[in-house]
Amino acid sequence: MKNTDFDWKPVALVPLLALLVFPLIGSTSTWLTLTVAGLAMGLIVFVIASGLTLVFGLMDVLNFGHGLFIALGAFMATTVLGSMTDWTQSDQLWRNMVAVFPAMLVAMAVAGAVGLAFERFIVKPVYGQHLKQILITMGGMIIGEELIKVIWGPQQIPLPLPMAMRGSILIGDAAIEKYRLLAVVVGLLVFGALVWTLNRTKIGLLIRAGVQDREMVESLGYRIRRLFVGVFVMGSALAGLGGVMWGLYQQTVTPQMGAQVNVLIFIVIIIGGLGSTAGALIGALLVGLMANYTGFLAPKVALFSNIALMAAILLWRPQGVYPVTNR
Amino acid sequence: MLERLLSNDMPRSRILAALLLVLLLGLAFAPFVFPGVKALNVAAKVLIFIVLVASFDLLLGYTGIVSFAHTMFFGIGAYGIAIACTRMGATWEALLVGLVGALGLSFLLALVIGLFSLRVRAIFFAMITLAVASAFLTLASQLSTLTGGEDGLTFRLPEILTPSYEFFEDEILGVMIDGRLASYYLLFALSLVLLLTLLRIVNSPFGRVLQAIRENEFRAEAIGYRVVVYRTISSILSALFACMAGAMLALWLRYNGPDTSMSFEIMMDVLLIVVIGGMGTMYGAAIGATLFMIAQSYLQDLLRLGSEAAASLPWLSALLSPQRWLLWLGVLFVLSVYYFPTGVVGRLRLRSALRQSGGGK
Repeated sequence: MKNTDFDWKPVALVPLLALLVFPLIGSTSTWLTLTVAGLAMGLIVFVIASGLTLVFGLMDVLNFGHGLFIALGAFMATTVLGSMTDWTQSDQLWRNMVAVFPAMLVAMAVAGAVGLAFERFIVKPVYGQHLKQILITMGGMIIGEELIKVIWGPQQIPLPLPMAMRGSILIGDAAIEKYRLLAVVVGLLVFGALVWTLNRTKIGLLIRAGVQDREMVESLGYRIRRLFVGVFVMGSALAGLGGVMWGLYQQTVTPQMGAQVNVLIFIVIIIGGLGSTAGALIGALLVGLMANYTGFLAPKVALFSNIALMAAILLWRPQGVYPVTNR
Repeated sequence: MLERLLSNDMPRSRILAALLLVLLLGLAFAPFVFPGVKALNVAAKVLIFIVLVASFDLLLGYTGIVSFAHTMFFGIGAYGIAIACTRMGATWEALLVGLVGALGLSFLLALVIGLFSLRVRAIFFAMITLAVASAFLTLASQLSTLTGGEDGLTFRLPEILTPSYEFFEDEILGVMIDGRLASYYLLFALSLVLLLTLLRIVNSPFGRVLQAIRENEFRAEAIGYRVVVYRTISSILSALFACMAGAMLALWLRYNGPDTSMSFEIMMDVLLIVVIGGMGTMYGAAIGATLFMIAQSYLQDLLRLGSEAAASLPWLSALLSPQRWLLWLGVLFVLSVYYFPTGVVGRLRLRSALRQSGGGK
């Protein structure tokens, strides 16, 4: 990072949370298992949330229908993986990868394409009207969910992990599920790609400038509208990818999963500061860790742990950890 | 007299006035005009939803903020009555304790949510209420010792309100005057009073400030109204009225469970009714709730017919299956937000306003 006034305090929250709960959990191996699991979950959540926060930052559009693309991605994964049982049942990792990789690509392509239509027909007519955006995207979400039920049926569908990704690796006494390692790798790759695109390419420069001051970028002759459609489609595709990851993580998919994950990613982007990518990462990691720790320590309060976390963060910084200044 | 009762907010359209009058008379004499258990159930549901939707309209239509926690307060009201009646037996004190407890909890929750989210920006409110409501729904089904879990609670009411209690020996106008009818008229009175109170609130100076905030938040703040305070009060009031509607639901059903009062589908129904009836008009809530409740059964029957007719085309048949009626409601919702933003009431008022100005009156 070149800028010296980078705000490190929020970044420090993640290790701080991990260290704070360490005495509560007691055993090192359990703590390590939970922490890795939490980070993996956080990275999956980040993949899903990144598109939403970029869209909000760039265009001031709050998409309540984002969960739809997550569910869509997961259902595409059941279809693709279901048709490649030869490959997923194999216990060789590379053969599994050959199955999972196209599933991810197809999910991203379909979610992106649906995102394009969603932007055109649902979001476009209501730019600048928050109230209507919330209502309309919510309506779009309901329609999408019902269409998923029409296509795949209303029941939940199992999405078993490919053979070689099941089970865990032992590091010392800590059991670390293999799939979570894969999730960490994919999550870091996506994060790396996003950071690189945003910070090192011209498109990224334009997006960041657009988040800062949209009118200025337009007056310099760039069509921010096209840029936005691109970001929206990319965000939807990322949600599709996240849906595949989330579906494999939960090992079942239901038509309602979009709405459930929606709640989680809203908490994440509120914690992160609406529109901030780095904030979304921190929020996602915090939420992932919190979910795993409280799931282990006190399953009954696990429901409210995320909301308590959000309330605590908002007391500290009412606009989220990295407020986007111009709004 | 009438103007005072309606807080100077007259229907301002002859058709609307006629519709409202028909609705009022229809609901007042429903037990006698539409005999049968099912019809009475529909009428009672209309009464409950009028209050629920009107309280939501205070928030969405008048203050311009979206809450997804409205069914949470609805559920709290219903659970308040249900839990108190289960624990304390079928007494009037139990009803009172349950109602007061539920109102207190709703007040506190609405205050906390409002202070957390409305302080910064209204858009937070939509997201935070969604999160809190979904957590609360799970909580209600988890705390099975208190709430009966997924099965819910079935409870008994004071004897006067039960169907076995009969006021007279004989039938009057062909209808037995029993406790069921007494509860119906209790709901009717409550619904009427609550709706008129809401009408009073939105037409008071306070209500005008809410509308000013909806139109231009910045300007309202500049004139000297604390936007946060007004928004928070509005969300608290709306929560309290929703809580009352929940208590009415529990009174009528003598049962409450997570799906009957708190489910997300009810939230969607409420949103739809507000939009169809007309945002920012209390009459819209009444008209919308009635239309919706009638359509709810009608649309499903229609879809069943369509689905059977389209049996040769499996995909069309699947689209038209009665279980997918939420899909068509969603489409209707999106279309009405686009093309019909002022709803039925807005259209009727616009029509009569145009006619009056065209007629040179």
